[in-house]
Amino acid sequence: MSERAQKSAGLSVLRPGVCSTLQDLGRYGVAHHGLSQGGAMDLHAHCWANRLLDNCAECATLEMAIGMVSLRAESDLLLAITGADMQAEVDGVPTGNWSSFLMQKGQTLELKPARLGMRAYLAVLGGFQSDLMLGSRSTVVRNGMGSLLQEGETLWVSGEVSSGSHREAHVPARFLPTYENQVELRVMESCQAGDFSSDAMQQFYQSDYTVTPNSDRMGMRLEGKAAVSGPEGIVSEGIALGAIQVPADGHPIVLLNDRQTLGGYPKLGVIARVDLPRLCQARPGTRIRFSPVSIEQARQEWQDFCAYFGL
Amino acid sequence: MKEINVRWVPVSETSLMLYMGDEIDVNQAPFIGEVARRIKTGFAEVCEVTASYTSLLVQVRTGHIRIEELGEKLIEMVHGSSFPDRAEGKLIELPVYYDPEVGPDLEMVASVHGLSVEELVAIHSGRDYTVCAIGFAPGFAFLADVDQRIATPRHDRPRSKVPAGSVGIADRQTAVYPMDTPGGWQLLGRCPVQVYDRGQIPMSPFEVGDRVRFVPVDRETYLERGGCV
Repeated sequence: MSERAQKSAGLSVLRPGVCSTLQDLGRYGVAHHGLSQGGAMDLHAHCWANRLLDNCAECATLEMAIGMVSLRAESDLLLAITGADMQAEVDGVPTGNWSSFLMQKGQTLELKPARLGMRAYLAVLGGFQSDLMLGSRSTVVRNGMGSLLQEGETLWVSGEVSSGSHREAHVPARFLPTYENQVELRVMESCQAGDFSSDAMQQFYQSDYTVTPNSDRMGMRLEGKAAVSGPEGIVSEGIALGAIQVPADGHPIVLLNDRQTLGGYPKLGVIARVDLPRLCQARPGTRIRFSPVSIEQARQEWQDFCAYFGL
Repeated sequence: MKEINVRWVPVSETSLMLYMGDEIDVNQAPFIGEVARRIKTGFAEVCEVTASYTSLLVQVRTGHIRIEELGEKLIEMVHGSSFPDRAEGKLIELPVYYDPEVGPDLEMVASVHGLSVEELVAIHSGRDYTVCAIGFAPGFAFLADVDQRIATPRHDRPRSKVPAGSVGIADRQTAVYPMDTPGGWQLLGRCPVQVYDRGQIPMSPFEVGDRVRFVPVDRETYLERGGCV
């Protein structure tokens, strides 16, 4: 049987929300075309959503920013929702966040605006079945790879579930993050860090930054009381996920999943991979502080994360 | 055999940068492209290589790889492999219809430099360019070096829409816009050949180190080959 034949209609989009996209672990081996990696911004929530259903981490989830999404089940479905709490309800009955739940054909899932955090992740048993584009289902609107969820669109799934066999699963409390209005992020100093003065670096670590509304999947734009003065532009080079770029105006930008592949602004370091989920859940106005971390420490924590979720 | 000067620096727990020079040098681009290919084919743990003018960003997926060990292995590979004295990427010929009809800055750029339009076109199409980097937008290849006599800075205010195929210059770089995007380059003409197509393999003909030659064509040829005005 072809892959297409196994697909069935899973959810109809009644209200698509502000910025809802299918995401998996991202698209790799494509930088030579100038394509961005994309992928789930909050990898922790994405991986838990899949794990609650015994999906592999590569399965595509629906990333929903801010909330206000409404979806109708076109078949019986086993789903899981994690990340920002959007008070999910199935036909008016709360499902609980960081949990799996069943939907019967015809029922409607309603998500309200997030109270804390920015992004929620909805997983379905077997993963959402969009077409693979260069080995990934991640949406990067700017690159023409997929598009924002549209009203009337159908989300496809791999098959129906028998409702009798399911027991609701919950993420254990000790793994639940708290999305706060103050976040500390750890930075590996690298790239052009040596070209920033020690005064500038000290100021960077001592300043409170605020997430501005002008932030998206490409990057988080931060604003501080005093601008960090950095070196001049550099010869354009590849940009790592989580790199902190300091343009001439002195306000740092943390470059995220949909970042451009190349850039010529100086960078003073890169945020530890395991800290990025908390940044990606930071709403405009969240206060950010930075502290240094060694590459080896960050690597060990990333290795533990990868081992836990089978990445 | 050519000695390649290369050093590596750690960037993060999952990436490192190989630097193969400090200044933009078009002769270096084919070597950077070749090293990128050898890393992609020879190192299974590497998931992405991003080539630019003087550097390669090398990325691994998981935390099992120690960046220091990978850095040393990559340096060893570069030093241990042989590279030809002169490297040349493949030659890509692209037709260009140079005319104010599709190149709104053609006449202005010519007059700024005290040239006729014919002289400007002869200079722009009179040399082969090297792909030094691909980025900004999918399939957007930064080509160098534009002749100093026609080097022109970007517009102060970018146009909100530059049509796909537009051929522009910015200082000493030139490029073909692969898709409709906003852009600030000085537009001299348009190429009827699609240089980025998601439905094709490869999606774009360009690789770092390739050479590009612009061949002036008349309006009729431009339209025949699929161009629009």
